[in-house]
Amino acid sequence: MSASAVHSLWTTAATDPIDKIGAPDIEYGQLSPTLIVIGAAIIGILIEAFVPRKIRYYAQVFVSVVALAAAFAAVVALAAGGYGTTKAGIAAMGAIAVDGPALFLQGTILLAGILGVFTFAERRLDPAAHGNKVDSFAAQAASVPGSDSEKAAVKAGFATTEVFPLLLFAIGGMLIFPAANDLLTLFIALEVFSLPLYLLCAVARRKRLMSQEAAVKYFLLGAFASAFTLFGIALLYGYAGSVSYATIAQVVDGTVAEITPALAGTMGNDALLLIGTAMVVMGLLFKVGAVPFHMWTPDVYQGAPTPVTGFMAAATKVAAFGALLRLLYVVLPGLRWDWRPVMWAVAIVTMLGGAIVAITQTDIKRLLAYSSIAHAGFILAGVIATSPDGVSSVLFYLGAYSFVTIGAFAVVTLVRDAGGEATHLSKWAGLGRRSPLVAAVFAVFLLAFAGIPLTSGFAGKFAVFKAAAEGGAGAIVVVGVISSAIAAFFYIRVIVLMFFSEPRPEGPTVAVPSPLTMTAIGVGVVVTLVLGVAPQYFLDLAGQAGTFVR
Amino acid sequence: MENLIALLVAAPLLGAAVLLCGGRRLDAVGHWLGTALAAASFVIGVVLFADMAGKDAEHREIGQHLFSWIPVEGFQADVAFQLDQLSMTFVLLITGVGSLIHVYSIGYMEHDERRRRFFGYLNLFLAAMLLLVLADNYLLLYVGWEGVGLASYLLIGFWQHKPSAATAAKKAFLVNRVGDMGLSIAIMLMFTTFGTFAFGPVLESTGETSEGMLTAIGLMLLLAACGKSAQVPLQSWLGDAMEGPTPVSALIHAATMVTAGVYLIVRSGEIFNAAPDAQLAVTVVGAVTLLFGAIVGCAKDDIKKALAGSTMSQIGYMILAAGLGPIGYVFAIMHLVTHGFFKAGLFLGAGSVMHGMNDEVDMRKYGGLRKYMPVTFVTFGLGYLAIIGFPGLSGFFSKDKIIEAAFAKGGTEGWILGGVALLGAAITAFYMTRVMLMTFFGEERWQPAPDPDKAPSVEPGIEVHPGEMPHPHESPKVMTIPMIVLAVGSVFGGAFFSIGDRFIHWLEPVTDHAHGHPPISALAVTMSTVAVMVIGVGLAWLQYGRRPVPVVAPRGSLLTRAARRDLLQDDFNHVVLVRGGEHLTRSLVYVDHTLVDGVVNGTAATMGGLSGRLRRIQNGYARSYAVSMFGGAAILIAATLLMRAV
Repeated sequence: MSASAVHSLWTTAATDPIDKIGAPDIEYGQLSPTLIVIGAAIIGILIEAFVPRKIRYYAQVFVSVVALAAAFAAVVALAAGGYGTTKAGIAAMGAIAVDGPALFLQGTILLAGILGVFTFAERRLDPAAHGNKVDSFAAQAASVPGSDSEKAAVKAGFATTEVFPLLLFAIGGMLIFPAANDLLTLFIALEVFSLPLYLLCAVARRKRLMSQEAAVKYFLLGAFASAFTLFGIALLYGYAGSVSYATIAQVVDGTVAEITPALAGTMGNDALLLIGTAMVVMGLLFKVGAVPFHMWTPDVYQGAPTPVTGFMAAATKVAAFGALLRLLYVVLPGLRWDWRPVMWAVAIVTMLGGAIVAITQTDIKRLLAYSSIAHAGFILAGVIATSPDGVSSVLFYLGAYSFVTIGAFAVVTLVRDAGGEATHLSKWAGLGRRSPLVAAVFAVFLLAFAGIPLTSGFAGKFAVFKAAAEGGAGAIVVVGVISSAIAAFFYIRVIVLMFFSEPRPEGPTVAVPSPLTMTAIGVGVVVTLVLGVAPQYFLDLAGQAGTFVR
Repeated sequence: MENLIALLVAAPLLGAAVLLCGGRRLDAVGHWLGTALAAASFVIGVVLFADMAGKDAEHREIGQHLFSWIPVEGFQADVAFQLDQLSMTFVLLITGVGSLIHVYSIGYMEHDERRRRFFGYLNLFLAAMLLLVLADNYLLLYVGWEGVGLASYLLIGFWQHKPSAATAAKKAFLVNRVGDMGLSIAIMLMFTTFGTFAFGPVLESTGETSEGMLTAIGLMLLLAACGKSAQVPLQSWLGDAMEGPTPVSALIHAATMVTAGVYLIVRSGEIFNAAPDAQLAVTVVGAVTLLFGAIVGCAKDDIKKALAGSTMSQIGYMILAAGLGPIGYVFAIMHLVTHGFFKAGLFLGAGSVMHGMNDEVDMRKYGGLRKYMPVTFVTFGLGYLAIIGFPGLSGFFSKDKIIEAAFAKGGTEGWILGGVALLGAAITAFYMTRVMLMTFFGEERWQPAPDPDKAPSVEPGIEVHPGEMPHPHESPKVMTIPMIVLAVGSVFGGAFFSIGDRFIHWLEPVTDHAHGHPPISALAVTMSTVAVMVIGVGLAWLQYGRRPVPVVAPRGSLLTRAARRDLLQDDFNHVVLVRGGEHLTRSLVYVDHTLVDGVVNGTAATMGGLSGRLRRIQNGYARSYAVSMFGGAAILIAATLLMRAV
């Protein structure tokens, strides 16, 4: 290599015309939900920096709720403007899709986010420390649990109000995730919503060592899964010469217009495609908590602060299933004869695994974690249907499931003893005698999880299984029903425990929450029952939103 | 006129509703109201009859469509009535005898503090029974069928403080359920076969249906009839049903409800005509029961139970006649009507006797009552002469025709059936003479009244002083007048119906009629009937008239002892059904406990064990989780590649 050639690597001749990168076209209007949320997150950081400590909490809650509500309004406006159906299209230079599934899932995530903010902001459950109201989060997350600096922070009335901007960042990432229309955007969104969640998991006020352990596990395994995803993305790029969903789909279908010369050697190599697909899908299956990538779920659900668990269990699942749907339906429909059998197997082991292991759980949060694994299996059954009905049933299921989940975890925050939340199941014995209302509400959520008619769980499960059966996956439906039967055992066991066991003398008490948590639980119950009794309107809505743009 | 039909049912139904819901403030007038509404129904029935009699024989059937009950595509259930000559006959019998018994009950139940309720139940019975005979489809008939079953249950157990009455009511209900099941299966079979259960379409399309299906329907209808009409093998409840107040026994368990089975078979004649096997089964059931009931009637010392055996036997005659086909239908109904008169009269007479004898039912403790209760004696005596078939009285005409028709069946069957019917006539004469002699003749064998604490079977409200001798007396007019009216019917009914074949012409358009040709002349049959009747009376006189009747029943022969125990019906049921049922449930429980529970618990235990083992994989170490993920990813990739390779 000559000297001038080397030189030309980092200089250009002044005479050469400069290839300007054109300013990107950004459809701000269509991207407004995400932009509002991310903007509010940045404002939240500024509040942390500049607003006096005393009113930070109020400012953060206000900004978060307003931003999420505004973003939700923007989603509704977009949907009303036809962006979910007739005007659906690709925005931001091909990076983001604005279509029915994206808007539906974004709306679901935003509503879950609002309820999440309510549970995050709850400050009445724990007794006040040194005259300061406390929430579920550590006074100063950086201090060692039990150390002098922590005590000083508690005494000074510090609060980790950073959880609100972190939550907004996570929601921002989640909004992009199901709308991502190329693999790089997908990956960035994945990291944008994962990193704040790792942090949020670590900041529990009580049992913080467990919380930190959960966060580290989640982070390590999440990083591990991300690495797979990233490697898979590289392989797919090698296969198609592009990270754009549309282009990859064209190469898969064999209708690609032009071939990048540099990649001519690897392009169209099916080994790259299959391995890359498997690795990207694996990253998404990790996020939804499908067997065998589910191992983080129980530990993290148990260790994380319960409001975080509730939000995460609901919203992460929505976002990750949205991304999985788009990947399988937009990028890989031509490959479905390859991925369907594998996903069949994953769905079956996920349903059975989640349901069976849940039987012997003794901690209510771990129980709900395994239940969420089983539910991931049920939703996968709808994903596998590869039909418009499959999409809409998954959308409906996700919407129904998120409200049940947030509500159920919100109830878990109420049942407390001296050590904080009383999550061991034995302590829930006889709860129905002491607090019939709370126990009844929790029973409603459990019945919804079990898929009993007149709850949203039944409507969702019915829609998903129907789509799966019509899609030719009868075996999955059989396994799904068997798993539901197994799962019903442990849901109903909790109900039996609450209503038909003698209360323990030193059992937990039920804290009276502020209107914030009450709202979260109340909305959860109302949505659960409305979607159970009259699901048709929402099924139609999901049906209208069931078409992906390509 | 059509619009009056619903009123027939509505009047007593209204009475039942008012009396049962009205509460104690109606206690004073309840019995009058109930009687008035029963009589109103009778008056409506008479008006309708007059209208019907004024028309041609072919145009007498009228109907009324009240409303659509279950209007579903492919399943039309209507509340609609059909009033033809057959229904009309029943309407007059039910409302006529019913009204008389209402009047009688005013006196009989005078001291009962729950008299209002009693009349409410009686009205309920009338409404249900009228619904049964007026329905124009089997489903509505079934409603009435269950309604009379309910009323019967409530009235048998009316004195529910007596354990024996409560048990008897339960027994009647349970045994009737077996029959009801037959009717419901028959209706289901009709619906699947014909697509409807309305009388018209079902009975018209029997020609296009396989004989096997018709036989099945016929046998199920026969099962239903056996239950309601106390025919073998479902006869066991009728004797115990005598625990009810005597007017109930007269109305429900003698004159009307127990004849519903005969109505059902005659109404479904087209089905049986086309299914000879089912028809044969009907005649066999009738023949067996007429002997069974008669034998039981010979051995009973309880006057009501003796009459119950007789009822069973007489309905056996009707069922036998109904099983003979068109040669028998008219006579089945004719005997039903005459039996309604004389058996109701006999029961009312028995009630009157009990009324005068401190509620004693044991005939061995009666005797010589004719001097003390002349009206009862005469009316009872006329009923007695009617039932044994004394020439010229009701029973003579109707029973003789049935025996003739049985012989006319032809072949060996005809001889057997005719012989059985003749034998039955002899036994009837024997046991009825026995009842007559033990009650009204011979020396007075009265016993002091039992201590009510020790024998709680005494009807409430009647003043009985322990140790007091009975003072037999004639019953009040309110009781004797109905008895007199019924006696008139018992005497003249048969002649009125038979002279000029009135009844045959009346019913023929509905049931068809064919003249039977017995292998021996009709005169010979009549002569033999009278002859066996005389033999029966004579034998009874030899045993009970010439010799004193012992107060304590002698041990008796094996047959007598068996007959006292209702020919071991309850022992049979106990051994075969109760024990068998117990064994069946025990084995089912055993299967449930071992096999079903074993599978269920085994599955649960397997799942639990699996769960316990699987959760150990979740060991808390991030490194193990990463290995699992890595392995999972490897499998995922391998499987995806493998799918392509395959």
